[in-house]
Amino acid sequence: MTRSVPTAAAGQAELKELASRAKAIRIGCLESIAALGIGHIGGSMSVVEALAALYFRHLRLDPADAKAPDRDMFVLSKGHAGPALYAALVEKGYLKRELLSTLNKGGTHLPSHADRKLTPGVDMSTGSLGQGFSAAAGIALGLRMEGPRPDGSLRRCYAIIGDGESDEGQVWEAAAFSAHYKLDNFIAFTDCNKFQIDGSTDSVMGLRDLAGKWEAFGWKAIKVDGHDLAALDGAILEARAVQGKPVMIVLDTVKAKGIPAFEGKAESHNAAFVAADLEACLKAMEAEEATRG
Amino acid sequence: MADREMRAVYAQTLVDLGALDPRICVVEADLARATGTGPFAKAYPERFVNVGVAEANLVGVASGLSATGKKPFAATFACFASRRAYDQFFLSANYAGLNVTLVGTDPGVTAAFNGGTHMPLEDLALMRAVPGLAIVEPSDPVSLEAAVRIAAASDGCTYLRLQRKSAPELYPAGEHFELGKAKLLRQGKDLLIVALGALMVSEAKKAAELLAADGLEATVLDLFSLAPIDRAAIVKYASASGRVVSCENHRVTGGLGSAIAEILAEEGVRAKLRRVGVGADQFGEVGTQDWLADHFKLSAPHIAAAAKSLF
Repeated sequence: MTRSVPTAAAGQAELKELASRAKAIRIGCLESIAALGIGHIGGSMSVVEALAALYFRHLRLDPADAKAPDRDMFVLSKGHAGPALYAALVEKGYLKRELLSTLNKGGTHLPSHADRKLTPGVDMSTGSLGQGFSAAAGIALGLRMEGPRPDGSLRRCYAIIGDGESDEGQVWEAAAFSAHYKLDNFIAFTDCNKFQIDGSTDSVMGLRDLAGKWEAFGWKAIKVDGHDLAALDGAILEARAVQGKPVMIVLDTVKAKGIPAFEGKAESHNAAFVAADLEACLKAMEAEEATRG
Repeated sequence: MADREMRAVYAQTLVDLGALDPRICVVEADLARATGTGPFAKAYPERFVNVGVAEANLVGVASGLSATGKKPFAATFACFASRRAYDQFFLSANYAGLNVTLVGTDPGVTAAFNGGTHMPLEDLALMRAVPGLAIVEPSDPVSLEAAVRIAAASDGCTYLRLQRKSAPELYPAGEHFELGKAKLLRQGKDLLIVALGALMVSEAKKAAELLAADGLEATVLDLFSLAPIDRAAIVKYASASGRVVSCENHRVTGGLGSAIAEILAEEGVRAKLRRVGVGADQFGEVGTQDWLADHFKLSAPHIAAAAKSLF
């Protein structure tokens, strides 16, 4: 059985808690990638704060029962950010921390791309870009068919897609579908970290006015700094209040956020990352915290 | 026995199942008029979904519905179900371990006037490559109803290859069907004919009559499911005569004939095989179904000729 989620904006104490969770997710993710020596660091780091806001404020879940029938569901359509999701699931209590060091190793429960059959707490297998978003739309419709919970709250589906992923036609098929079916229990995020494998999104396939596109497709679009936890919390609260249409929260993010050597670089998509790199990151985080006081 | 429109049987079976099981959903991609699922839409509008002309999203939405515990039946022309939405069906439905029945209508030459662009002659080959996927092509209205009921009762994915038009009833109402069990339609000592689907089972039966008139007695199997395949029946009857003809409304590459060749080789059955199907180097074309069946050498006289070439 799940418990209700907050309906008011996060106060200072809650934001401090969220920041602490985000830090733990970031470090857990980097530890798992460092244990392997290579991984999707860029796109994992850019979604850390969104995952913290979802898992520690807005997703209605029961970590003791990963398949709780009254839960909200979440689809990481940019499935290559699996390591960030696993760190969030560890932090939330779905997975044992020791599992993180098994990332991508033969027989693991934590494959590079999210897998609903392998990992407790993962609701959809993703990795072929565009597909998870389409499945998330189907999940939102399926949850709506079930009707609201006994307390009257909607069962929601949340999803995160990438800006590079937004090149996929299936994203826009699902966009039209979700607006046509007025899926107001569907709240999605675009992680706009401005890079895809071959370079900047502007140079590879320009997306132009992304928020405007979502509005044109019949969605409510909200633009927000994807690393600002208070702004994220406010945007999700706003999205939860929207009726009659799905909501796309366009996140302005930094690829490889928190890894000074890689921040904002296309090469961070799938890169070598070893123990020494992890040490450098932890030091940089400490220095930044000291600066902020 | 009477002819019945296959799509009407498909829709009515879903309406019947939908009354008993609220998890049954229908998902269409702007071909509901062709698939004939209007009666389901009327009976259960809240469980009928039309995604428009968007086959990738058809399979994605069906997979998502399944992730919430629903049992979706998603349909489109077989060319789009296989060639266009293959990665979606492979990953979002099958790899993800969900429960989606994908219905490919108008298989092979039954696409007729829609022509070569719409003629799926490779869907079985593609679907055979998906681990654990059940592939069913019913031969008549009775086996179609059974196939829909089997798919609805399954926890995994099914590819249902559906010829929409009328087909004669080959079986009495209520005949029992199961995956991996072929039906023995005729028994003869001289050769084995294995056929899949309404068109080819019908042509195979006619071919057996032609052969009988020439003194050759054929065993005829209606395969019903290509995966799992009735290995035991194929081995038994192929071993008995040493001569096999496979009949598929599909290219000969990777479908029924290939599956039988694999079995014969793996089991060490000493048998010669002729694969009746569209040629390995041929694309589909436009024409009437009868013209196409003759043109691509799928019809009874061609099956009989292939059989005789084994002697």
